[in-house]
Amino acid sequence: MAMTFHVDVVSAEEAIFSGTAEMLFAPGAMGELGIMAQHTPLLTSLKPGELRIVSGDEEQYIYVSGGMLEVQPHVVTVLSDTAVRAKDIDEAAALEAKEAAEKLLKEKGAEMDYALAEAQLAEAVAQLQMIKRMKNVGNR
Amino acid sequence: MAVGKEIKTQIKSIQNTQKITRAMEMVAASKMRKAQSRMEASKPYAAKMRNVIAHLAHAHPEYKHPYLLDRDVKKVGYIVITSDRGLCGGLNTNLLKAAVASMRDNKDKGFDADICVIGQKGIGFMNRVGGNVTATVTQLGDAPGINDLIGTVKVMLDAYNNGEIDRLYLVSNEFVNTMTQSPQVEQLLPVAVEKPEKELKHHWDYIYEPEAKEVLDALMMRYIESLVYQGVVENIASEQAARMVAMKSASDNAGDLISDLKLVYNKARQAAITQEISEIVAGAAAV
Repeated sequence: MAMTFHVDVVSAEEAIFSGTAEMLFAPGAMGELGIMAQHTPLLTSLKPGELRIVSGDEEQYIYVSGGMLEVQPHVVTVLSDTAVRAKDIDEAAALEAKEAAEKLLKEKGAEMDYALAEAQLAEAVAQLQMIKRMKNVGNR
Repeated sequence: MAVGKEIKTQIKSIQNTQKITRAMEMVAASKMRKAQSRMEASKPYAAKMRNVIAHLAHAHPEYKHPYLLDRDVKKVGYIVITSDRGLCGGLNTNLLKAAVASMRDNKDKGFDADICVIGQKGIGFMNRVGGNVTATVTQLGDAPGINDLIGTVKVMLDAYNNGEIDRLYLVSNEFVNTMTQSPQVEQLLPVAVEKPEKELKHHWDYIYEPEAKEVLDALMMRYIESLVYQGVVENIASEQAARMVAMKSASDNAGDLISDLKLVYNKARQAAITQEISEIVAGAAAV
């Protein structure tokens, strides 16, 4: 029987696959990769495409929309993206987050008023403690 | 029985409130379970990434990533994760308190803070007290995706890359259990990697495709994003747990109030009946 190695496919939102394989095909950034056990350590980014995990007669296909691939001699980890990533898309998202901040917070100055912040929080905490105390008295 | 009627309406209104808090409690309980499983599901990714990064730190790569290097601090950045909605006890208050305390600490050392706020409650707070908020995102819903966070995280990472901030903290609630959520201030950047215990016997490095720099940049960005995502998901679980507890105690309180009022109502009714009887008896005696 051929040598096997462990494969983990995970995304930020869930674990997708975990098991052993004899061979793994992945869409690397520099071209299609075929990986077998005892491969030298390798770190590469992935293009959108399909992962093919071969184990005996079984083949499993997993679609990835990009991500990273880490290869160690006996363990291969695929860190799959869940979102479509591109520089300009990321840039647009960042811009949007900045604009949201500007829109929501134009009234107040950039300098944080620590005294006010602490006073307000102290007040809120005191209220919470009061509620707790009242509840304890009520239960007695 | 004028008094009795007033008390009765009061009881009715408290009962209605109790119905609402009960419903909210149950909704929060079911949402909490879902959020918890999402929280668990997001853990392997960050764990695997941590492994890869630990490997990297040990592997003596030819390219040292700036996220791994400590540098002199002039300004710091914060990502503060709050909930969008209230009625969840002291969850946001405690979190903001921890955030402000940490910011104050840095301020005393002479480091100003850039702040990135996630969640409506944090924005409301920052609106009242000021603060240099550079990015926000709200209305993530119960099941946020990582692409909802890419923008905000990128703003902070860009600030770090450009040298505008030299350290980045994440402030979020840790979900300990249903009853306990504790605010945490965690350092995201530079990434703290445990030093290898001894010098490794043999040095090895990855083969990088395409370039080490590109691969590491992409990897580090995803790592930070995944930590923030985890913080957000954990915060949602915390929020629902806190709301469940708050609504449960509200329902209990409403129950106490109702039973107190019922007692008052019955006493008033009893008094009215007694009075009526004694009037009749007095009337009969007079005849």
